Amino acid sequence: MTQEISQIWVYLSASPLLGLTVTLLAYQGAFWIYQRSGCNPLANPVLIAVSALVLFLTLTGTAYQTYFAGAQFVHFLLGPATVALAIPLYTQFKRVRSMLLPVAVGLLAGSLTAIVSAVVVARLLGASTSTQLSLAPKSVTTPIAMGIAERIGGIPSLTAVLVIVTGILGAVGARYVFDAMKVRDPAIRGFAIGIASHGIGTARAFQVNEQSGAFAALAMGMNGVLTALLVPAIAGWLITGIG
Amino acid sequence: MLSALTLLLIFQLLGEVIARGLALPVPGPVLGMLFLFAALLIKGGPDKELQGTSQTLLQHLSLLFVPAGTGIMVHLHRVADEWLPLLLSLLISTLATLVVTALVMKLCQRAPSTGGVSS
Repeated sequence: MTQEISQIWVYLSASPLLGLTVTLLAYQGAFWIYQRSGCNPLANPVLIAVSALVLFLTLTGTAYQTYFAGAQFVHFLLGPATVALAIPLYTQFKRVRSMLLPVAVGLLAGSLTAIVSAVVVARLLGASTSTQLSLAPKSVTTPIAMGIAERIGGIPSLTAVLVIVTGILGAVGARYVFDAMKVRDPAIRGFAIGIASHGIGTARAFQVNEQSGAFAALAMGMNGVLTALLVPAIAGWLITGIG
Repeated sequence: MLSALTLLLIFQLLGEVIARGLALPVPGPVLGMLFLFAALLIKGGPDKELQGTSQTLLQHLSLLFVPAGTGIMVHLHRVADEWLPLLLSLLISTLATLVVTALVMKLCQRAPSTGGVSS
């Protein structure tokens, strides 16, 4: 009996089926908890699902690469989902057009703050140079951030993780920050969360309000482009430091 | 559903080909999003099917980040070694970005309507 079970396990652990299934199971469980909590940002579904999966993979001794062979089918959908952001953007275009100045200035200020503050804080606390470089693009969506990290000498796979953590932090904390600042406009709330925490923040924004979601999508797209231009230009200056 | 998904993939492919062909720093999907947005402006909006498919896809956008996020297990060593600078850097930077962006936008939005009169 135990031998049969272990044979089944040998089969399952080598096939993409398991990685895909546990990803969907973990997410649905996490989403159930999130909804049960009344969509409390602290019960972020990405955070819960990732924790559950890391625990599961560690306990079963499964390598991440093996898991990813199955999970990549979910990962792949990030591409078409990014393209699909054009639809809410179109729906909210009128509002966006009426806010061109705040959007442009907010983008520039937010993008610079995200890059510079991450690197400077890490440097002051004694992080290694490669860690600092991996942190610089942490506020933009995973594929862009990994590309930037590679170009400036960071570690792309570490960047991917930092990007996700940043997304979760923003999605969890944004509501409390905006409430404390008395920022109520869903457009501004969405835009700021999209700048600070890309797609995960955008996902959260969509769950709260369609307009917030559209502005978050806009912010995420524009910040991706701007960060890809800014980081390579100022990385050297940031790392050697100014004081 | 199927034709809408195909359309999204075609735009992604288009973005990918142009981004690589012209060696642009922008990733293919983001370029694809801009192209689709332009197409919607010209065409005057998405049809029902595209609307429905994109809604389904975006409703569970957070699911799509789970596989990459689980990659943290590969970096547990570095994260354990440098957890304090990493955590504080991400925490402070995310907070600062949220505050600065929202504040700047709020100020910009108010400036023209009050015409310089502070209230």
